[in-house]
Amino acid sequence: MSDTVIYPARKILTMAPWRPEATHVAVRDGRILGVGGLDKLRGWGEARIDERFANKVLLPGLVEGHCHLMAGTLWRYTYCGWFDVRDPDGRHVPASRSLDEVIATLGAAAAKSAGGAVTGWGFDPIYFGARRCSRADLDRVSTTRQVGLMHASCHIVNVNTAALEHAGLLRPGIEHPGIPLGEDGLPTGELKGPDAMGPVLEALGLHRSFLSGDERGILDFGRLCVRAGVTTATDLAAQHGDTEIDTLLRTTGAPDYPVRLVPLQRMIGTTPAEAVARARALKARSTERLRLGRIKVVADGSIQGFSARLRWPGYYNGAPAGLWYTAPEAMRECYTLALEHGVQVHTHTNGDEATELALDCIEQALRARPTPDHRFTIQHAQLANRAQFRRMATLGVSVNLFANHLFYWGDQHWSTTVGPERAARMNACASALREGVVLGIHSDAPITPLSPLFTAWCAVNRVSASGRVLGEHERIGLPEALHAITLGAAHTLQLDSEIGSIECGKRADFCVLEDDPGTAAPQALKDLRVWGTVQGGRIFRADA
Amino acid sequence: MASPCPVTILGGYLGAGKTTLINRLLRQADRRRLAIIVNDFGEIAIDADLIEARTRDTISIAGGCVCCAFGNDLLDTLRTLRDAAEPFDHVLIETSGVALPRNLLATVSLAPGFQVAGIVVLADADGIRRLAGDAYVGDTVRAQLDAADLVLLSKCDLPGAEALDEVEQWLGARVRAPILRTSAGDVPPEVLLGEHERASDPAPRQGAWRPFAHADARYGSAALQIDGPLDAQRLGAALAQLPVALLRAKGLVADASGALHAVQVVGRRWNTAPAPAHARGGGRLVAIWAGSGTDRDTLLAAIGAARIVPAPASPIRSVS
Repeated sequence: MSDTVIYPARKILTMAPWRPEATHVAVRDGRILGVGGLDKLRGWGEARIDERFANKVLLPGLVEGHCHLMAGTLWRYTYCGWFDVRDPDGRHVPASRSLDEVIATLGAAAAKSAGGAVTGWGFDPIYFGARRCSRADLDRVSTTRQVGLMHASCHIVNVNTAALEHAGLLRPGIEHPGIPLGEDGLPTGELKGPDAMGPVLEALGLHRSFLSGDERGILDFGRLCVRAGVTTATDLAAQHGDTEIDTLLRTTGAPDYPVRLVPLQRMIGTTPAEAVARARALKARSTERLRLGRIKVVADGSIQGFSARLRWPGYYNGAPAGLWYTAPEAMRECYTLALEHGVQVHTHTNGDEATELALDCIEQALRARPTPDHRFTIQHAQLANRAQFRRMATLGVSVNLFANHLFYWGDQHWSTTVGPERAARMNACASALREGVVLGIHSDAPITPLSPLFTAWCAVNRVSASGRVLGEHERIGLPEALHAITLGAAHTLQLDSEIGSIECGKRADFCVLEDDPGTAAPQALKDLRVWGTVQGGRIFRADA
Repeated sequence: MASPCPVTILGGYLGAGKTTLINRLLRQADRRRLAIIVNDFGEIAIDADLIEARTRDTISIAGGCVCCAFGNDLLDTLRTLRDAAEPFDHVLIETSGVALPRNLLATVSLAPGFQVAGIVVLADADGIRRLAGDAYVGDTVRAQLDAADLVLLSKCDLPGAEALDEVEQWLGARVRAPILRTSAGDVPPEVLLGEHERASDPAPRQGAWRPFAHADARYGSAALQIDGPLDAQRLGAALAQLPVALLRAKGLVADASGALHAVQVVGRRWNTAPAPAHARGGGRLVAIWAGSGTDRDTLLAAIGAARIVPAPASPIRSVS
């Protein structure tokens, strides 16, 4: 018979309504045998008592419903962001709080390496006022080596003169909306959007296969998850070629890989029929720690990039209406085929017009192929309003809102992109719940840092980086926020029968905390200390 | 500087007839080495009998043409084409149904070795007005039309004569570009891609290309010999500003130093570039227009306007 281990804990928050709190949890074969008091658990037979969590608080393993493996790969380059962070090893990485500090950070990184490109990431110049970074600034790091600085949004990169030259962009006469020119008629070194960034990324080491996760990146991503208390995480999304799938299978198959990955396959460069066929083929290759066979459709762009599709009256600063990334016909066909073949689809929408279109197309597909419990999910839906949440509830659509935006870009949304009124109801978690929609909340890491507890803090407090409260009425309570980063997110991934709560039969996935969220002040949620995780019964200590 | 490879951007919403047009074009390539770049193979189905070989991203087509899918990295695909052992004569980029051709044009401008000759947008005669008013994609469809240098009104066999006149009138009121009625992709390759001159062709005897020989009364064309030095930019501008827009023109002109320059015109768009290395012979121009859009004399006037006249001797003597 397999070993049974009983863990006493200071407190266990189960997320199971009939027993919200407990003191002991029994684990066998990587699953939860039972939760409750010691006496009743002993009824399962011989068990070893493991006291290591006696002073800890256990939550269900946290579920990050929208992030990217790139969150792990970026760490081999130099962090240049505005906030202090911790790397996958748990080392404190200080912020760079001015352009001079960014240059100094990059300069130090350059001095440590003998040659090759110098690449930084996490740069967020919105905190530096109107001053833009130019190639002359980055020439201070090196005039001979290529220097690149990826912005936090991952939609803009700044490069030095050598990098522009290497990419063939140091020439007059360039006319491209993503490439601003200086007074000398040459590019300033700021490259905006995938097309403009394309020519420099390869040389900076930021090529596509790297961004979608190589072995080292997937391993580093796993360690970030342990530090954040995450036991199941998505990669949303990548083009799943055979090489990428083989790497994922091999890496997550290692006995000590600490996370269950749910990578979605992006529908791009294929017909809906091919995408659905590929998803079905990949689904069959799923393992316990690699759940394949889901599709992501991207409807529009981003709000801060002014490429999201907004309904009237559009952007607060008058920018034009944004871009469609997928034609409505293709969305509808994909949904219809996916329903027919039992494939789940997540749809990226940022603007409210994109959300409306996605809901129209889902409704049409459902009329053609009525399907119970399809679990189609809208990702971001940052501007969804109450009427749209009501439609989601009616159609059985779940939502995963981008709560971290409230903190990181809330001030920009208030002043520039959508204006004060709509900024106060962006990522409207309370409305979604009130209208009966299953809710997840997310970081979109590496766009913002991977930490569901921080994301929960954003949804509970709705405070921007400058301290402005964006819509108190859309705040949710602590229990709802914890539900969103466990069972709620698990529901959007069709995994709520396996994970998301601590109850008999589920996977033994725990987030192990030093502090008790049940007694913490709402403002302190982001500061709760994570000891590590238990994933499928295996123990992972963050500071090991 | 080497002569850039001309690029034509082919836009238009889903169902506008891009697949039909491209398959027909591949059958009439006339030894042109064409590279067709598509957003994804899903939107374009190359006729099976044209396909010689197929990999995940590339379809090899009889006669040295290829069709590649660029997914989300157009520049990478163009780089691969540029590095091909045998150069391509023309690149045709088929955009996805919701793509904005002007964005594609901006992207191509970043690719060394390529130059956008023009933007051709297909509009389904039967559905374009409805699409242009669609609540979700209407502004996208209108932006596609606005970006066009040449609009191909497709599926003209579907609506009745009256409805067709009506839609053409509606379209004419909103686009600057010439509008061509087509059905089943019946557009001569010279209209879509311009005159073709191969390195292996003998230098034209009369100094001019063969005139456009398409036996189609819908088009007029002229092949003209150009003597003496010409300003390529002035010629391009003059040709793009004719009272009735040309469909296509291609010129080869010598400047005062004798160096050859190529001039390309598509509708109201024009550009110049150094002539291909294999270009031989004197200055020449081939122009194609719709119906009785223009005539030889108008073209000669445009050529005249671009002549480089030797500066007269200064009437003022320098006094020392």
